[in-house]
This record gives sequence, C-alpha cells and structure tokens, in this order.
Amino acid sequence: SPKSSQDLKVLVSEFRLQSQIFRHRYFLLVSTKLEACFASEHHLSLALHYYICSVYFLLILKMNGEELTEQETALYDRQIRVWGVDAQRRLSKSHIFVSGLKGTAVEFCKNIVLAGVGSLALNDDNPVTGEALAANFLIPFDENMGGGGSLAELCCDSLKDFNPMVHVSVEKGDLSNFGVDFFEKFDVVVISCCSLAAKKSVNEKCRKLSKRVAFYTVDCRDSCGEIFVDLHNYSYAKKKADETVQCQLQYPSFEEAIAIPWRSLPRRVAKLYFAMRERFEDVERRRPGETSIADLPSVMKLRNELCLAHSLNESQIPDSLLERLVVSTKEFPPVSAVLGGILGQEVIKAISGKGDPLKNFFFFDAVDGKGVIEDIS
Amino acid sequence: MASGQHLSAIKGAKVLMVGAGGIGCELLKTLALSGFHDIHIIDMDTIEVSNLNRQFLFRQSHVGQSKAKVAREAVLRFRPQISITPYHANVKDSDFNVDFFKQFSVVLNGLDNLDARRHVNRLCLAADVPLVESGTTGFLGQVTVHIKGRTECYECQPKPAPKTYPVCTITSTPSKFVHCIVWAKDLLFAKLFGDKNQDNDLNVRSNDSASSSDHSEDVFERKKDEDIEQYGKRIYDHVFGHNIESALSNEETWKNRNKPRPIYVRDGLSDDLLQQNGNVDKIPATDNSSALSAMAYLGLKNPQDIWSLKENSRIFFAALKLFFSKRQKEIGNLSFDKDDHLAVEFVTAAANIRAASFGIPLHSLFEAKGIAGNIVHAVATTNAIIAGLIVIEAIKVLQNDSKSCRMTYCLEHPSRKMLLMPVEPFEPNKACYVCSETPLVLEVNTHRAKLRDVVEKIVTSKLGMNLPLITHGSGLLYEVGDDLEEDMVANYAANLEKVLSELPYAITGGTMIQIEDLQQELVCNINIKHREEFDEEKEPDGMVLHGWTQAPAVKNKDTTTNTTSSNNGASTSSTSTLVPNAMEEDDELTILETGIETIAAGKKRKLSDVSNSETPVPADEKRAKKLAEQVEDESDVIVMLDDANDEKISR
Repeated sequence: SPKSSQDLKVLVSEFRLQSQIFRHRYFLLVSTKLEACFASEHHLSLALHYYICSVYFLLILKMNGEELTEQETALYDRQIRVWGVDAQRRLSKSHIFVSGLKGTAVEFCKNIVLAGVGSLALNDDNPVTGEALAANFLIPFDENMGGGGSLAELCCDSLKDFNPMVHVSVEKGDLSNFGVDFFEKFDVVVISCCSLAAKKSVNEKCRKLSKRVAFYTVDCRDSCGEIFVDLHNYSYAKKKADETVQCQLQYPSFEEAIAIPWRSLPRRVAKLYFAMRERFEDVERRRPGETSIADLPSVMKLRNELCLAHSLNESQIPDSLLERLVVSTKEFPPVSAVLGGILGQEVIKAISGKGDPLKNFFFFDAVDGKGVIEDIS
Repeated sequence: MASGQHLSAIKGAKVLMVGAGGIGCELLKTLALSGFHDIHIIDMDTIEVSNLNRQFLFRQSHVGQSKAKVAREAVLRFRPQISITPYHANVKDSDFNVDFFKQFSVVLNGLDNLDARRHVNRLCLAADVPLVESGTTGFLGQVTVHIKGRTECYECQPKPAPKTYPVCTITSTPSKFVHCIVWAKDLLFAKLFGDKNQDNDLNVRSNDSASSSDHSEDVFERKKDEDIEQYGKRIYDHVFGHNIESALSNEETWKNRNKPRPIYVRDGLSDDLLQQNGNVDKIPATDNSSALSAMAYLGLKNPQDIWSLKENSRIFFAALKLFFSKRQKEIGNLSFDKDDHLAVEFVTAAANIRAASFGIPLHSLFEAKGIAGNIVHAVATTNAIIAGLIVIEAIKVLQNDSKSCRMTYCLEHPSRKMLLMPVEPFEPNKACYVCSETPLVLEVNTHRAKLRDVVEKIVTSKLGMNLPLITHGSGLLYEVGDDLEEDMVANYAANLEKVLSELPYAITGGTMIQIEDLQQELVCNINIKHREEFDEEKEPDGMVLHGWTQAPAVKNKDTTTNTTSSNNGASTSSTSTLVPNAMEEDDELTILETGIETIAAGKKRKLSDVSNSETPVPADEKRAKKLAEQVEDESDVIVMLDDANDEKISR
C-alpha cells in the first residue's frame, strides 16, 4: 500500500505503463486520479482505495488476457496457423524499441506491427528530408516535408493506422543518452544506422539488466545488408521428432564478437562480414553512411591495415565490394525489404521462444543473392 | 546496385503485376520505392478481414473493396508522382490477351492458384515477355524467373496433383481427422444443404451398397410437417448410429482395424440438453446470415477449445436448426464455404462426432476450419522477403542480364548456413508441351468416348485451356468464344454429344487433332491411340494422356494401404473423393502445395546430394548437380595469408 508521495509516484508510472500494456482507459483514469491525490498528500487513503480497486481490475484483465479476443483471432487467423496461439499471446505482450528509422528499420516496424506486438516505441529525432521521404513508405508525400515533425513522429502516425491493436509511441532523445533503466521497459531493442560506439554501448546497457532484452542491429548499404543478434543466455523449445527439447544458446556481445581475431574464425565466413568491419566513418568522426567515392582510397588503405593486422588476404575484401559499400550509401529498397523481413521473423522467434534463432550475424548481398548466417562467437 | 544503369532500366520499364494480395501489397510498395514509374496491377479479389494481418495497404474500412484499386490509392499516398493502373478483373478475362501482355517489359506474379499461374505462363510465352513467378507458405517461399527459350517455363516441371482420398476411406474406414472433415463437408453437408440431385456416396457402405441406397434414399428428405428437431435426431441416428452399425456387420473390413462405435442421440445428449437446445426460435430474425452462430447460441466462446462429444452434438443440432429455421431459402443451393461461420460449425461438429466414433482425436473449430477450408498459412515477413527478391530479379531481367538471374528459396531452417538460397535457373524442358512443340498422345476408346469427355477431362482440366478450339485437319470440331454464330454454337453443342469416331471429321486411332487456345496462343497436337478397355479404379477418366507431366497424387501411406486392403472384402467405389485444390478456395496469394513441394524437393535434392544416401530421381539429376555446384560455390571461402597455399592444394 502507498505510504508516501514517493510510493504514489511509483504507482502513477506503474498505471501509466499498465494503461499502455492493456490499452485500457481505466488505468489512465487511475493514474490521473492518483496524480490528483499526489498533489495533496492528505488524500493518501483515497489513493489506497483506488489502488486496491485497480489491483482487482488488473487481476481480472490479466485472467482475460490469457485468451485472445475474438477480434484478435479473426485478424491474426492466418499467422496463428503458422506459429500458434501461445506465440501470438506472447507477441501481444511484448514491448519493442526501434531507433534509426531509415527504410530497413521501417520495413521491420511494419512487419512487427502487423504481427501484433504489444507496443512499439520509435526513436529518431531527425527531421524529414527529401531523401528520407523517398525511402519511407510510412510517410505520406508532402511538399512541406511533414510540417516539421520528426521521422519518429510521422512514422508513428502511420504505424498506428496499420494495426489499432498495437500501441505505437515516440521516444524523443539521443540514443546515446538513454540509460540502463530506460531499456528495462523493453523485451526487444533494435538499432539501425548508428555508430559503432552506439551499438556497443546500447548492447552493454541491455546486457546489464537482470531481465533478458534481445538486442539487434540492422544496417543496409546499397545492395548489402547485415543483421547482428545478441540474445545473451537464451533457452528455447525445439521440436525434434515429436519431442520437445529444451535448447540453450550463449551469445557474445557485439563488442566481443567483432573483437574475435579473424584468424580464429571458421574458414568460410562471408566476405561481407569483413567488409562491414572497416570503421571509416568512426575513424573520421563522420555520421554512419556519410561517405562518397572520394573516400574510396582512404577506405582501401584502412582495409589494407586491417587485413595486415589480421593476416587476411586483401583479396578477401574485394575493391568492388568496398566500392559498393562506400559510394552508394543509400539503402536499396528491395534489400531493405529482405532484411526487414528476416529481422521481423527473428524477433518473432525470440519473443515466442519457438524455433532456432539466428546466431549471430546475417548477411545478404543482392549481387550473389545469398542470405547467409554466420556464427561469430 | 542502384547505379545509373539500374535506374534507367527501372524508369523505362512498364511492369504488369498479377495479384494484389499478400505478396502483391509488398511488391507494389517495393516497386514504388525502387523507382518504378509505370505499374499495372490485376486482381479480381476484394479485401477480407483475414487479409489485414499482412496485406498492409488495406484497412478495416476497405473490407469488401477491390484489392487492386485500394492498393493503388495506398501507394500513391507516399508516391503520388508514379502511374499505377488497377484492373479489378480476372487475369483470365479475354481482355488480357497476348497483345495486352506484349506491352510490358516484365510480368510479376503474386498469385494464389495453379490455374491462373499456368494461364499467365502461357500468355508470357506467347507474348515473349519474361515472367518472375513467386509463392509463399508460412516461413517458406520461392522466386523463379522464366524467360522464353533461356530458362524453363512455369510448366516445364510437373506440379503435384491435388490430394485425393479413396472413397471407401472417407465413407467407411476413416483413420485421420481429415477423412472425417472430408466426409462432413463433401458428403454430409452437401447432402443436407446442397444440391439434392448430385451423386453422393454418403450411404455407400462396405457390403450392401445396392440395397442400402434403396431404402436410405428418403432418409435425408425432411418429411412434410416434420419437426426440425425430429428430423435432426433422425439424421444423427442414421449417419452416426445406423450407418456405423451396418458397416460393422461386414467383419472382413474390421479384421485389421479398430472397430468404430455407433453413436446415437441418446449416447451424445440427454433429453434435457436437447430441450435446452430447442429455443432457436427465440433468436431474432436477421438479414445478416453471417452473424448466425451455434457457438454464440450455446455460449461457447473459444474457437481454440476442443469440444466434448456432448458439446459437438449440441452444436450439430443447433447449427442444423439454425440452417433450417433462419436460412431456409439457401438450402438446396449451399456449398461449403470456409467464411460461412455456421457451415464451419456444422462441419466441425459432424466431423468430431464421426471422429469420436472411429476413435480419432477430436479437434477444435479453429483447426477444423483450417483443414476444411484448406487455409494457407501466411505471414507478412515471408511475403516482404519474397517481394524484395522479385524486384531484384526483375531488375536483372530489365537489364537483359538473364545470366545473373537466380531462382531463390526462402527457407525456415538454414541449409549450409543459408536462409536465402539462390540456385541457377534450369534450361527449358524439351518435352514440355507448353513451351516446346512436343505432341501428346491420348489413349481413348474412340467408339465410346464423347467429344464432351475429351473437352472436360483433358482440354479444360489437364491442359488448363480457357478458350479452346479443336480441329482435325482442316475441319473445325469445337470452339468456345463470345462472337460465334448461332448455327455454329448449335453445331458444336451437337458435336459434344457425339462419340469421337462418329464426328463429322471422325477421330479414330492414328489421327492427330490440334487443340488451340486463342487467348493463350498455345497449340497442342495430340495423337490419338485407340484402346478398348480402361481400369476403372486406376484410370477413372476412361482415357489416358501421355507426355503430359503431372506428378502422381501425393497419397498418405495409410490411406493407400486402406485402399488396397479394403479392396479385398469391401466393395469400393470407382471414383475417389477429390479434396478441392486448396489454392482455388483460398483468398490469399500463396503457392501452396506446389510451392511446398518444390521447396521440399529442392531441399531433398540437396540433402541427398550431401549424404549420398538417396539417389536423386533421373529427371532431377541435372537439377541436383546444378544445385550442388551452386552450393559448392566457394567464392566466399576465406584464404588466410600464411596457409593459403596449403588450403588450395588440400582442396
């Protein structure tokens, strides 16, 4: 029971969250009432009253929540036939965070909202530019470039429309400023188009939490793409000849994975893995993807240094591949669709605990058409 | 990839999309984002609620509207400057002829049925327009490229036939739940609510089919002034009790099987419950027949629950009553529709009662609906991936870079580390009657078979022709079209009823007839071979077409054993019950069985290649080899500096 204003504060935020999870007005109502009590500390007993009522209400809702509504069953009919009611129930209770809303992340958002997750929080304060508009099917064409709204705000409006049963919201702020506690609210964190440092730091923050937060990065450059997955300690059920076996996987962090000397990697690792490891933008303190053909000689120099340090034949990172990655940094929409689809499937697997998850890198190159999984651990 | 060359190829392209469903929505979006300017899209379907989980261009408010038109509007919202031309029509309409197809640089398929796929394949061949074909089911998908003369056409490889079950398995010896569903849907439901005049094997039993059909003729007829409840009880006792009882009398049948248990109304329900069940009249009359629900009426909520025998029986009676009291007008014309809730309830209940009788595990309404409606598993992610791959292939085709074209499998579990597996396309099959000119051979009794039989059993169903024209030498025997003279129509109608050898231009052994589809611009030559007798069981058509590739129906092992074993003692019906091809009934854009088969085959070929435990079938050898080469492609092998030479030598 709440004893001080501090307790009330916690309660208010608790109910705010519940109202998001259960998408029920009752919790919003309670949180407003509690806030009123909070304004005058005399009303603690009244607050207690609201609190008790709410706990009952919550219990009832939770019990009902074990069954999908008729509306959900009708809407999700075809996919429930793929992954089952149980997985659908887990999906509807999951909370996803996505930062960096270019074409590929947007594809992912679409897939996960259609699948029917509980909530999706979007983070990208960048204003809408012509280029962003061109790559983004979520933002209606607008001469005024979205009237000054941020990418996240405009995407949020469209995504809400895709599936009214998913709570879509905007998280303003710079990705690097979010603390460990911030990520605790989520089950899945997906970041795209950010620096190497940001990837490492967000990954570490997720790993510090006692609950498992699935961490993913996704990047698309021209016709190439990379997905990284960190599920920390992950156990899942797997069906093997009518038997369900419990499986266990240990994932390295992003930092650990890319620190593995190339010499100790298995023999056939996708060239793209190595090509994506040059950190030209980081070295030059540029924004991710801010490169042009003029940078090609410097990037090649960097490649040569890397190859020397790792005793790798330079021909394994071909000039043509580097050129594609450096010169055209725009996302190629068909590749974004492929990456967004694969990532969507992986996140659904991780939430439902069904099926072998990807460990821990995925590469796609439209030129050879292969979509390859690499285990770098 | 998005180089200047690409962009000019994309900008100059005029693209035809066939299908605006699961793959279509994703495809239209990706085409628009990739810079395509001129897109035409054909889809005859309207939007349904169960589409909304993946066909993201559609909203609840669009339900009932044309998919092609709504998809266009949705894409124009973020890409107003491009041209999208929608056609709310069937791609098989005569407007979409070879000339129509010729205007396009490439055709992209996102279809849901074999029939339309074959039709589009032929038009693309005739118009010489490259085709990118696709399909998905669950997490599996595939994209293939078909360029006339360079790669195989869509019909070069045999497509698996729809699943069929021997009639006796359905009528007498079900061993799986699906057999009970087929019985409830195709026999019982059809008998009670469908066309009364249609042949129906509902009463064919193992021993005395002749005598039983005599006296049971009137069982399904509702007597004048007969109470619905009485009628229901009578039907129930007859089909679940009496019929099982008399089947049991044939001991031969049950020698190696578990005997079924007859179930009568008194076993399934007590009188009180039937009384409680009786208040259908209190349900207010409604115009909206889709709102009628026996479940709602009985207070059963969760479609995932498995009902008890008692609950199934109550649903059976309630659904029957609702049909007879609220949907009286439709009785006699109904056919099973997976979107007809009451029909699904009735079929679920009837199938479950039968299952209980045969000791087969019962299933929920949700599961039963999936089986009865052949509902395809579909998720947004696979469609998005496949649409991306279609665009990648389409761009290669547009750049005339057919050498780089690949067929790509999207797998659920990685195979040699790959989730997306590209394979080199195969060369045209020289024996393919669609893209090569190989004549076919038809064995037929020319003194007994009518032209109608040839048209129905061969021309329409096997050759998939839409507007056929049959000639023998210079003589015209048969033709379909809108602009025919009246006397010609009468002439053709008369021809249809004649046996082959008595036609104006007699067809006998040794003659060659030509069958042409003017719309598909497909010509087939058929050599006729006279044969007296046909095996009713194995050759139910009474004629056999050779040189036409169709894989044997995929039969379940125990179904097959059932057929053979029941041949010993039990009488069998010569026809087999056809489970309607899932693809035709479904509303979504999926490949279904064909797709699964092909993918499974692809995987098997590869696996057998790896383990060497299984020899690939001859026809597939080349494929397997190619696939292996593809998989063995070592371009990605990393060579370390110091042991580079050793590596190379050891390989």
